[in-house]
Amino acid sequence: MITSRIIETRAAPINVLSGGSGPDLLFLHSAGGITAENPFLQALAAKYRVFAPQLPGYGDSGDSDNVRDMLDVTLHSFDVLEALGLEKPILVGHSLGGMIAAEMAALRPREVDRLCLIASAGLWLDAYPVPDIFTLLPREFPAYMFHDAEAGARMMATGGNMNDPAFLIPFLVTNARQLGMAGKFLFPIPERGLKERIHRIRARTVLVWGDSDRIFPAPYAQAFKGLIKGAELVSVPEAGHQLVLEQTDAVMAAIARLD
Amino acid sequence: MKFTWFNLMPWPDLPEDFREKNRSVWVDIDQALFDPVRCHEVYNDYLDLLEYADQLGYDGVGINEHHQNGYGLMPSPNIMAASLARRTSKAAVVVLGNSIALYNPPIRVAEEFAMLDIMTGGRFVAGFPVGTSMDTNYCYGTIPGLTRERYAEAHELIIRAWTEKKPFAFNGRYTKLRHVNLWPNVLQTPHPPIHIPGGGSVETYDFCLDNTYSYSYLSFSGYLRAKALMDGYWRRVAERGADMSPYRAGFAQTVFVAETDEEAERLYSEHAFYFYNRCLHVYPGFADAPGYRTIKTIQSGNLNQYMRPNYPTLTWKDLVDGGYIIAGSPETVRQRFEELIRGLHVGNLFLLLHVGNMPKEKCMYSTKLFAEKVMPHLRDMWPEYADDGRFWCKPIARRAVPAPVGHAEMVPAK
Repeated sequence: MITSRIIETRAAPINVLSGGSGPDLLFLHSAGGITAENPFLQALAAKYRVFAPQLPGYGDSGDSDNVRDMLDVTLHSFDVLEALGLEKPILVGHSLGGMIAAEMAALRPREVDRLCLIASAGLWLDAYPVPDIFTLLPREFPAYMFHDAEAGARMMATGGNMNDPAFLIPFLVTNARQLGMAGKFLFPIPERGLKERIHRIRARTVLVWGDSDRIFPAPYAQAFKGLIKGAELVSVPEAGHQLVLEQTDAVMAAIARLD
Repeated sequence: MKFTWFNLMPWPDLPEDFREKNRSVWVDIDQALFDPVRCHEVYNDYLDLLEYADQLGYDGVGINEHHQNGYGLMPSPNIMAASLARRTSKAAVVVLGNSIALYNPPIRVAEEFAMLDIMTGGRFVAGFPVGTSMDTNYCYGTIPGLTRERYAEAHELIIRAWTEKKPFAFNGRYTKLRHVNLWPNVLQTPHPPIHIPGGGSVETYDFCLDNTYSYSYLSFSGYLRAKALMDGYWRRVAERGADMSPYRAGFAQTVFVAETDEEAERLYSEHAFYFYNRCLHVYPGFADAPGYRTIKTIQSGNLNQYMRPNYPTLTWKDLVDGGYIIAGSPETVRQRFEELIRGLHVGNLFLLLHVGNMPKEKCMYSTKLFAEKVMPHLRDMWPEYADDGRFWCKPIARRAVPAPVGHAEMVPAK
């Protein structure tokens, strides 16, 4: 059972979803955000005491004008950790969340000893330009996000009519709040110098990647593996960028390597 | 009234099937459609037209900034303005404007505008748009959620650079300069008048009122659809207790003039269709990066790019009756403009007399008819505000005159 509560941070009031019992685990969500109903979050809660803070601008967290760049959001994430009273939880991040988790592990290597990066953002390879997610229309997302685009489309279905202002306006507000914040770290190129700092990571690191990730394809997984000493790579078949939803069990098994 | 003859400088050779074969006229438009030799002619024609408007007595000649697109060929309007500074003599050069969030450091704008102000002898009107999301975010890479903060800082720096007549240090978040000291600096006092293109956000209304800037609504959907937005602006002006001078506002209108209404349709309809169907064919994914608009603006329901009409299905009659365009005989056009000017309560008009792929001669015909048979009747529509000089330029009386072409052959006097 997932519950939520608001904690105060300098950046904004932050809504933290939490649940389960077991080892402490901090999960940092992707640019798409996270809700209490998320099946991956529920799977994590079945095994861990999981905390999933929503970034400023996401869900019930407040907006923040003073989170502008990568250092701001990284320090903000430490503020959240501090406010929750967590000591060295397993740190797991998906996509944008992976980018933030990697920065945290690089910034304070002695405070992060177990790290799992799932389809992480943070690097840029000229030979594999990342699709510009900020230009995608809602109907275009599933093909980029999922191995099985049709099943993905059913999972992402908003159930609303884009021509109806009563649906469209709240949809656009949510989109502007969330991706407006994510854009500070991902727009127009999702790279903010992590490669200059990533060598500082000392955590035991597991990388988890979908074989059919069309946002950060396989060479990105290899690049992370090459840059983080001792990192282990788990490739997940029949999974795209949303592998946490498409192959939840395989991702859980990969995280278990840090037990 | 102030009439500015405005040219977007569209690319005139987008193919018939452009819409079907291309996803966007902006950002990722096909390089194969561009021809620099043809562009050489196009620029020359467009500058000829702007210079022609100066000779016919328009109050201003207007240009603006756009990037990577076939809708308007002016990444740097200041280059066009520099050319116009020498080849026009009466009209204000209206640069509407420079997207100040895109310049690093933004004093580049302060410097170039100061140069233009001086070169024109004070015949200069400045504009500071945020820029479209296509230009600002997708072409120039400005982070959408930080665009407005960057804009506000650039604005503060530019105004201080123009008005503080001694060196100062500027410790901004985005620009840090230890020595700001423009040299040359602006000619007009305290600085050139400033027009702000806006799209209906209350923040922009207040920004204009706080700084005595003119609010310009530059849309292509015409004056009937602009009414609600402009009413919102004037309500805000009244709430703030400011005077109701119509020169606090400007409006852009597409216009075609011929001898008769029928002739207007016959001569110009193909160019109107070209503009609405090809030049405005922007991929929706480029129209509005998340974070570019403020939450307040989205909540106000001003979603014109989502709710915009399906242009390809509009006929000439739809365009005319719906007020997207004003077209017809001088008498028809005069009547429509009276409605527009009174209805929107505007003193500054930006006239889109060149539209889409209109050839130069046709455009000159329409431009001349408007100047001679329409403009004189509209000129004095706001007699009670005739002396309001706050929103227009103040040229010096004795302006230097460029030497005639061929003067190198003249014998210099000893």
